[in-house]
Amino acid sequence: MTSVVTETISVTGMNANDNPGPGVGVARAVRLDPHFKGKIIGLGYDALDPGFYMANLLDGGGVLPYPSNGSDAFLGRMRTLQHQFGIRALIPTLDSELRAVVALERDLEYEGIGTFLPSLEAIERVSKPQLPALGKAASVRIPASESIQSTDGIPRIVKRFGLPVVVKGVYYGATIVESEASAIAAFRHFEATWGVPVIVQEHVAGDEYNVCALGDGFGNMIGAVAMRKLVLTDKGKGWAGVTVANPLLLALAERIIAALKWRGPMEVEVMMTGRGESLDDLAVIEINPRFPAWVFLTAAAGQNLPSMCARLALGLPVPDKLPPYTAGRMFVRIALDQIADVAAFGQLSATGIMISSINNTAL
Amino acid sequence: MLDTSRLRDLAINESGFAFDPTTGHTYNLNVTGLFILHALKDGTELERIVAGLSETFDTDPESDLTRDVGEFARQLREQGLLR
Repeated sequence: MTSVVTETISVTGMNANDNPGPGVGVARAVRLDPHFKGKIIGLGYDALDPGFYMANLLDGGGVLPYPSNGSDAFLGRMRTLQHQFGIRALIPTLDSELRAVVALERDLEYEGIGTFLPSLEAIERVSKPQLPALGKAASVRIPASESIQSTDGIPRIVKRFGLPVVVKGVYYGATIVESEASAIAAFRHFEATWGVPVIVQEHVAGDEYNVCALGDGFGNMIGAVAMRKLVLTDKGKGWAGVTVANPLLLALAERIIAALKWRGPMEVEVMMTGRGESLDDLAVIEINPRFPAWVFLTAAAGQNLPSMCARLALGLPVPDKLPPYTAGRMFVRIALDQIADVAAFGQLSATGIMISSINNTAL
Repeated sequence: MLDTSRLRDLAINESGFAFDPTTGHTYNLNVTGLFILHALKDGTELERIVAGLSETFDTDPESDLTRDVGEFARQLREQGLLR
C-alpha cells in the first residue's frame, strides 16, 4: 500500500513562458497524486514567473538568486525558505541550476532538504560534447558530432557529414543549416549566447520522439513514458504530443540509465529513422538531465514520475517498476491569461516570498 | 500471406480516424479505406477485398479497383503497417 506524503516539497522552474521550464508540470503531477497531502512551494528566478500565479497549484513561492550569484547565495536563500515553509525536499528542473544544486547536495541534506539527483560525473557524461563517448559505452547510436572552438573546422566537418548539419549551443538551442555560410553564422550565434564549444552534429532525418524516465541510481529504470511531438513552436519546443507504447524507445532509455546508473529524472530525445524496427533505427540526439516541460503527460498517462521523484527525495520507498502507461494520451499546451491578485506579486517582489496560496478557481 | 500484426494494434474509430500506438502516427481514412483496413485486420487476402469492395460499393473490379487496393496496400507497407 502506498504511504501518504505529508511533507512540504519545493520545485524550481516556475517560468512557464513560451519556452517553459518544467516546474509547473512537475508541481501539477505531484498535486495529481492522491497520496500526496503535503505542500508544494514553487521556486523561480523572477517574481513574475507565471507558475507562481497558477490557480490551485502552489502553497507558497520563493524567488531564488541567479546561479551566477554563487552557491552561498543559493544555499542561504534555501535556508530562509526552509525556515519559512519547512521544506523537506527540492526538485530542481532547470539545466542552468542543476550542477550548482548537485554540488550543494550534502549542504542541503544538512539543512533537512532532500534531493534525488545524478552525480556531477553522470551529468557531464550526458552533456552534448560527451554524448558520442556515451553512445559507445552504452551501445546506443548517436549521430556523428564534433565539438569545435572556432569556425576553422566547419568546412572539413561539412565535407565529412554532408549537408544539412545541425549546429548546437553547448547548453541550449539547435539549428539545422543547409550551407557552410549558415553553419558559420549559427556558430557565431551560439558562441555569443552560450560560449564555446559549439557542437556540429550530423543531421538525422526522421520522426522525433522524447522519453521521460526516472532512474533509481543503481541502474534500474523505475518508469519511463515515450511521447511523439505533434506540434512544434518556432523554437522547436513541443506544443502538443501523444504518448506511444514503443518497446524500443523504452529499451533505449533503460540501456542509457543502466550504463550511467542514473539517479533521478532524465529526458532522452530520439530520432527514429527507417521503420524503427530495431535499436539501430533509433538515434539519440540529446539527453537532458532533468524532467522535460511536458512531464505532466507522464502522470496523466499513468506513471507519475515527478511524484515518485518527490518520494525518493524525501527518502520514501517507491516501487521497483511502475506499471505500464496508456498510449494515446495527448497533451496540447494552452496559452491563457491567468488572473491573479496584485497582492501576490507584491509579496514576491517585496520579500521574495509568497506566503498565501492562489485559489482563484473562478478566474 | 500478409503480416498484419501491426495493423491489429491500430486504434480505429467509426469515423475513420486511426492511431498507431507504436509510432504515434495518425491517419484519416475514407469509407473505402476503412473497409480495406478492417478486412486486412480480419486476415482477408487482397483479391477477396477487391471482390468485397466491388460488391459493397457496386463497382466493377476490372476497373481501377484492383489497382487502387494495391496502391493502398503499398502505402500501408511504406508506413510499416503491412509486411
